[in-house]
Amino acid sequence: MSPFTLTLIKLAFLAVLWLFVIAAVGVIRADLFGSKAATKAATRASQPRPQKARQPKPPRPARSAQHGAPTKLVVVQGERAGTVIDLTGVPITIGRANDATLVVTDDYASSRHARLFAQDGQWIVEDLGSTNGTYLGRTKVSRPMPVPPGVPVRIGKTVIELRK
Amino acid sequence: MHSIGEQIKARLPYQRRNAASLALLIFAMILTLSAFAEVGLARDGNIPAGLFVYGGGLAVMAFVAYFVQMKFTPYADPLLLPLAVALNGVGLAMIYRLDLDTSADRKAAAAAGKKLLADAADAPSQLMWTFVGIGLFVGAVLIMRDTDKPDAPVSFTPKTAQRYTYLIGLTAVILLLLPIVPGIGQQINGARVWISVGPFSVQPGEFAKLLLVVFFAGYLVNKRQAMSLIGKKVGPISLPRARDLGPIMVIWFFCLGVLFMQKDLGTALLFFGLFISMLYIATQRLSWVVIGMGLLAVGVFVATLLPFMGHVNQRIDIWQNPKPYFDGGCLLDSGKVVPVNPNTEIYKKYLAQKSPSPGFSACAELGGEYSDSAQLMKGLFALGQGGVLGTGLGQGEPWRTPLSFSDFIFDSLGEELGLTGLMVLLLIYALIVQRGMKTAVAARDPFLKLFAGGVSFVLALQVFVIVGGVTRLIPLTGLTTPFLSQGGSSLMANWILIAILVRMSHDARKPAPQAIQDEGMTQIVSTR
Repeated sequence: MSPFTLTLIKLAFLAVLWLFVIAAVGVIRADLFGSKAATKAATRASQPRPQKARQPKPPRPARSAQHGAPTKLVVVQGERAGTVIDLTGVPITIGRANDATLVVTDDYASSRHARLFAQDGQWIVEDLGSTNGTYLGRTKVSRPMPVPPGVPVRIGKTVIELRK
Repeated sequence: MHSIGEQIKARLPYQRRNAASLALLIFAMILTLSAFAEVGLARDGNIPAGLFVYGGGLAVMAFVAYFVQMKFTPYADPLLLPLAVALNGVGLAMIYRLDLDTSADRKAAAAAGKKLLADAADAPSQLMWTFVGIGLFVGAVLIMRDTDKPDAPVSFTPKTAQRYTYLIGLTAVILLLLPIVPGIGQQINGARVWISVGPFSVQPGEFAKLLLVVFFAGYLVNKRQAMSLIGKKVGPISLPRARDLGPIMVIWFFCLGVLFMQKDLGTALLFFGLFISMLYIATQRLSWVVIGMGLLAVGVFVATLLPFMGHVNQRIDIWQNPKPYFDGGCLLDSGKVVPVNPNTEIYKKYLAQKSPSPGFSACAELGGEYSDSAQLMKGLFALGQGGVLGTGLGQGEPWRTPLSFSDFIFDSLGEELGLTGLMVLLLIYALIVQRGMKTAVAARDPFLKLFAGGVSFVLALQVFVIVGGVTRLIPLTGLTTPFLSQGGSSLMANWILIAILVRMSHDARKPAPQAIQDEGMTQIVSTR
């Protein structure tokens, strides 16, 4: 082996090392921002069982005709204060259960405490038979009620608000 | 004050990324095979026969692991397995390169009947331990179930461990203390961290590391609210209650105990850092980090003052100025360092008496503490020799450093791959840690969050302590370099760690059961 060949092999190996890391970062990137393959896989996965299109609204109605529709849910008080969940039209469940969208670890919350869902451009809060009740402002939620932006919804020690 | 805003953005749903995982795994195998090929071409002048044994063996095991991961944890993070395989493969190639018994020259010399010095690097056994490690990975992924389906026949999930928090903590302590027990404990290379089990030497500390993560996670899940909410505010930091501070003090004393009984600074540092970081993850309060760092500083300071802790002083002394200790130096009580290297009279006297370790005997006569910084300095020379691009695999002389295949494998790799290659290795570690932390963020259960965060952090800290040590960023303490160093215990423990992360990431990334909405009626469907 001539020294020149060995130098070439050495540089080639270093290049392979870097390509490996770049490929790995590429996979993460695709996870975050989506890639062609991932999008294709996603559409394929969603086609066999089309979602119940209860709410045929675009995911982000920012400055669309429905101005005034809240775009995010903010936890303003309690264990998870500061958490922000973007509202995309998917219903949000709140409770202590692990499969809730917003999991609260709070002795005053039930495992499936309340649910927020979008209907006709409005977000509705519904109590799911919780022990300590859900409060919209100062009223107890006994039937599904629309939640105006900025009005606090209290679940145990957690207070959430919808914001634009 | 402690609420760091947690942002859950509207993100893409997690996908099965098995194809990406397979592609990266194939890439990792190409990496390993080209490393072996380069070693063979540069060292022996041909593609080595070992390429097929080692590369092929690793490839078969890696694809078995991939198949099990795809079948049983389809939503698992796609990066963890290929990254671990890549590190393991590069480590194996480096140990093969350092195991001169595999070189053509040496085989020829042995065939010619020449007497050869023993060579401690052992590539075949490393290959065997890689098999065992990946086997454990496969076994662990198969045994563990998803946390939301505990009704499976073998209902063992990562969360099962939470029920046995204190038992596991006790086991970890026993494992850590085993090497001190006379009879089973062994002292190898100056550190008493080994036990002999039949023909093998096991480092129980590697496994204790994982068990301690479980213990801390289980303990902190119960106590974190008391720890993060209750306390007196003194100035900018709020001090916790004494009863919440108790356990951290116990751990602190325990770590100091390990430190001076086993002379194992690295492990003590690792466990203490682990506890502090998990406290921080659980409570999100900076005051714990401040208190922990303060205690660590006090501990190290006290250790340097105590007379029987001379070796701690010496480590720090060597770190600041290794030169007087090159090939042997003797630290006297006055703080002066007398060289006792093979050129000095006193060393020659003991050498003539055929003393087993002339340096130690000479230093004992002078009444000081003996130490040798040649290893550290040779490692630094190796890094310097490597420079930016390295000498190329098989073209440097990394075997000049003692323990170049275990504690100092990072320096050996630095000599032959250069800074360019070391950056890649550190990035691979960083990616594994990042994927682990991502798993912790995605996990829904607080115990699993802490568990995943803890194992990721312990990996990061271990890499920092050993890489910082061999590059003289911090005082050198003996720890294994995960996946790279030669050694079965380390490989097994780290493969189990990856298996736990793979299982937890599958759990966290798979789609949640959907709530079905009927008009008027509310019906929540869950798998329970």
